[in-house]
Amino acid sequence: MMPQQPTPSSFWNDTGKTGITAWIFSTDHKRIGLLYFYSVLGFFLIAVVLGLLLRIELMAPGRTIMGAQSYNALFTVHGVIMVFLFIIPGFPGAFGNLVMPIQIGARDVAFPRLNLFSWWLYMLGAGIIITALFTGGGPPDTGWTFYVPFSARTGTNVSLAVFGVFIIGFSSILTGLNFVTTIHRLRAEGMGWTRLPLFVWSLYATAWVQILATPILGITLALVIAERMLGTGLFDSARGGDPLMYQHLFWIYSHPAVYIMILPAMGVISEIIPVFSRKPVFGYKMIAFSSVAIAAAGSLVWGHHMFTSGMSDTAILVFSFLTFVVAIPSAIKVFNWVATLYKGSISLEAPMLFALSFLLLFSIGGLTGLILGAAATDIHVHDTQFVVGHFHYVIFGGSGFAFFGAMHYWLPKFYGRRYAEKPALLAWGLLFTGFNITYFCMMVLGMKGMPRRYYDYLPEFAPLNLASTVGSWLLAIGLVLLLVNLFRGLLWGEPFTGNPWGGATLEWSIATPPPTENFEEEPVVTHGPYDFKGTGIP
Amino acid sequence: MNPALLTTTDAVDPVFKFIFGACILLLGGITATVLWFAFRYRRSRAPEPTSQVADNIWLETIWIVLPSILVMAMFWYGWAGYLTLREVPKNALPVTATARMWSWNFTYANGRTSPKLVVPVGKPVVVDLVSSDILHGFFLPAFRVKRDVVPGMKNHAWFVADKAGSYDLFCSQYCGKGHSAMITTVEALPEAEFIAWLVQPEEGQPTKHDGAKLAKEKGCLACHSLDGSRAVGPTFKGLYGKKQTVLQDGKPLTVMVNDAYLRESIRFPNAKLVEGFQPIMPTVSDLKDDEIEALVDFIEEVK
Repeated sequence: MMPQQPTPSSFWNDTGKTGITAWIFSTDHKRIGLLYFYSVLGFFLIAVVLGLLLRIELMAPGRTIMGAQSYNALFTVHGVIMVFLFIIPGFPGAFGNLVMPIQIGARDVAFPRLNLFSWWLYMLGAGIIITALFTGGGPPDTGWTFYVPFSARTGTNVSLAVFGVFIIGFSSILTGLNFVTTIHRLRAEGMGWTRLPLFVWSLYATAWVQILATPILGITLALVIAERMLGTGLFDSARGGDPLMYQHLFWIYSHPAVYIMILPAMGVISEIIPVFSRKPVFGYKMIAFSSVAIAAAGSLVWGHHMFTSGMSDTAILVFSFLTFVVAIPSAIKVFNWVATLYKGSISLEAPMLFALSFLLLFSIGGLTGLILGAAATDIHVHDTQFVVGHFHYVIFGGSGFAFFGAMHYWLPKFYGRRYAEKPALLAWGLLFTGFNITYFCMMVLGMKGMPRRYYDYLPEFAPLNLASTVGSWLLAIGLVLLLVNLFRGLLWGEPFTGNPWGGATLEWSIATPPPTENFEEEPVVTHGPYDFKGTGIP
Repeated sequence: MNPALLTTTDAVDPVFKFIFGACILLLGGITATVLWFAFRYRRSRAPEPTSQVADNIWLETIWIVLPSILVMAMFWYGWAGYLTLREVPKNALPVTATARMWSWNFTYANGRTSPKLVVPVGKPVVVDLVSSDILHGFFLPAFRVKRDVVPGMKNHAWFVADKAGSYDLFCSQYCGKGHSAMITTVEALPEAEFIAWLVQPEEGQPTKHDGAKLAKEKGCLACHSLDGSRAVGPTFKGLYGKKQTVLQDGKPLTVMVNDAYLRESIRFPNAKLVEGFQPIMPTVSDLKDDEIEALVDFIEEVK
């Protein structure tokens, strides 16, 4: 993780502090960004392996490699790790920390020590969750949604796992606070709100969601623990409680959390597409505004997870309406990204391929979301494999592919070396093909009526399940190739200096890798983030 | 059947067609445009961008207004279809579905019970959904009908089978280890056959119950094995006559498994809980006394 870097002086060595403690106690946003990056990547890979095991189990009807209880624990842990340990902290923690302060012309975030504390809270929460898997009644088997009354009754180690998620929530809130303050207070001279890179805008919108929504998750999870330990009966209808109240509380956070996962990904795409088209992003103000609009309106649509729950028809009317309202700013973004390509000079290098495939996969995820938002059609596909497919199109095909794009786009900047292009393109091809086979089959299975979280299934669902599993192997091969090529390149590859992509945002104006202080002198911003003319960019 | 009758499938499928149709057009358009631009303006062919246009208020207005109209049409059409799912026809036949971990049981107005949902063809059926333990989901893919079964809450769903046949019935709301095994079928019979089925006495009634059949139908065997393997609950094999350590109010106690203990444990599953197992067995409230006796006799015979 800490190789010798080619540039004589950079944040890797210019403070003279090396060794593990100089990293895990560093307050430098770039070192914290890399700490986050490697932590979330590690958990991502663990959860990928769990996902592959789930697919192998579902390869054929009946028992394939594990029993029902193991299967239930595995999909629960897969979901908990992917959601709470990878994709929620992933963008703000890793790339937000690495890039955002430089993009606004700051030397660091507003509260560097709080930033380090956020990472430690994250690791503490992660440690508690991992401990929960191996102690008490064994790994939780409730699904990542922890629905009561099952989660209040099961003998598995739900309380400890939920407590770990509770702790991680604080990490997320503190990162959000830190970023909002940083973006308000530490912008360089000339960096007005209309010159903020769109990645920063997306992080800003995300940060508000983190601050406002996460406390509700904390309260909800604390209530689950109280239900289990103290028998409060808040969610137990036999004692005047209400299981549906839990679902409302859970989704009041967890739907906005989807925007924590996708908004920064949209920000990454808004950076990559203009740079690799050498054209200003089309409709800057509309994209920035739509991020804020999605964050705001997205807080009011949680009820669409509950159309079959028995909640009132009036509630369904309102939540279905608001869900369609949220679709509009997402559609605007897609059209604006496509328009950015028009009359550009398009280079299909790895980051751009990930960005363009994001467009396609996110569109499929978004459009299938319309099926789920309409009341009549949601009833049929709710709680089926269709939802699993849809969710993975949005979060893996969307956020995940954007994360891979960001890795290829920004990591060379911080290592001063780059990956080889051809293997990266091959890896992308495998990932893209494998991805579509895996998850498209799931959506078809859902349309045919196969429910989700099914350990076993009727013979009629067998062929598509087998195809989906085979697709997951392609996906896995592509992922391994991607990682091997990327990290081999970062450690031993061709030197990466200057501004090879031709970006106009501030991170491309400073030394590669950046020095600890980022800027030699206070930067003065004189042009917009996508103003490629007159900036001396090749 | 009644030609004016609108089935739930008839109400939902046009909405699917409309939204999927619009989505395919949009996706095709977006994909084709991206591919065309990526090809037409590739750097080897267009080494320099030929435009630096950064916005166009009219174009953006168009692609805000048109999608807004489109999604509002989807919303309204979806809502109208949903209303059909909620408007139970007046002449609908009432059936009560009882869901438990991990089996279904259906009770008809005349007291007839069945592990399968037997319905008459062409006559609407309204199913009242009752849970005896945790959340379950009543899902009929063929009829596009789904409704959660929530403890302590009155939910219902209706549908009508317009053809005779057997249709899948799944539990759609995750409910633990046996979730994917909590499946049964809807059996749609011509009306005359259905009425004959409804009034015929249940097999073995009223003198003697078949304990083995009851154990299967009431869901006992989802958790209690017959072959000695440990599942969610203790196995029935060799259970009768065994000395067993149980927890009464959290205190360990040794009991002999006899008729009285089994009777008590079926009525009040958590009164004396076998050590090492979770207190998750539901109370099976619809069991009659003679049915419990049949179950006890059955367990005694599993050696």
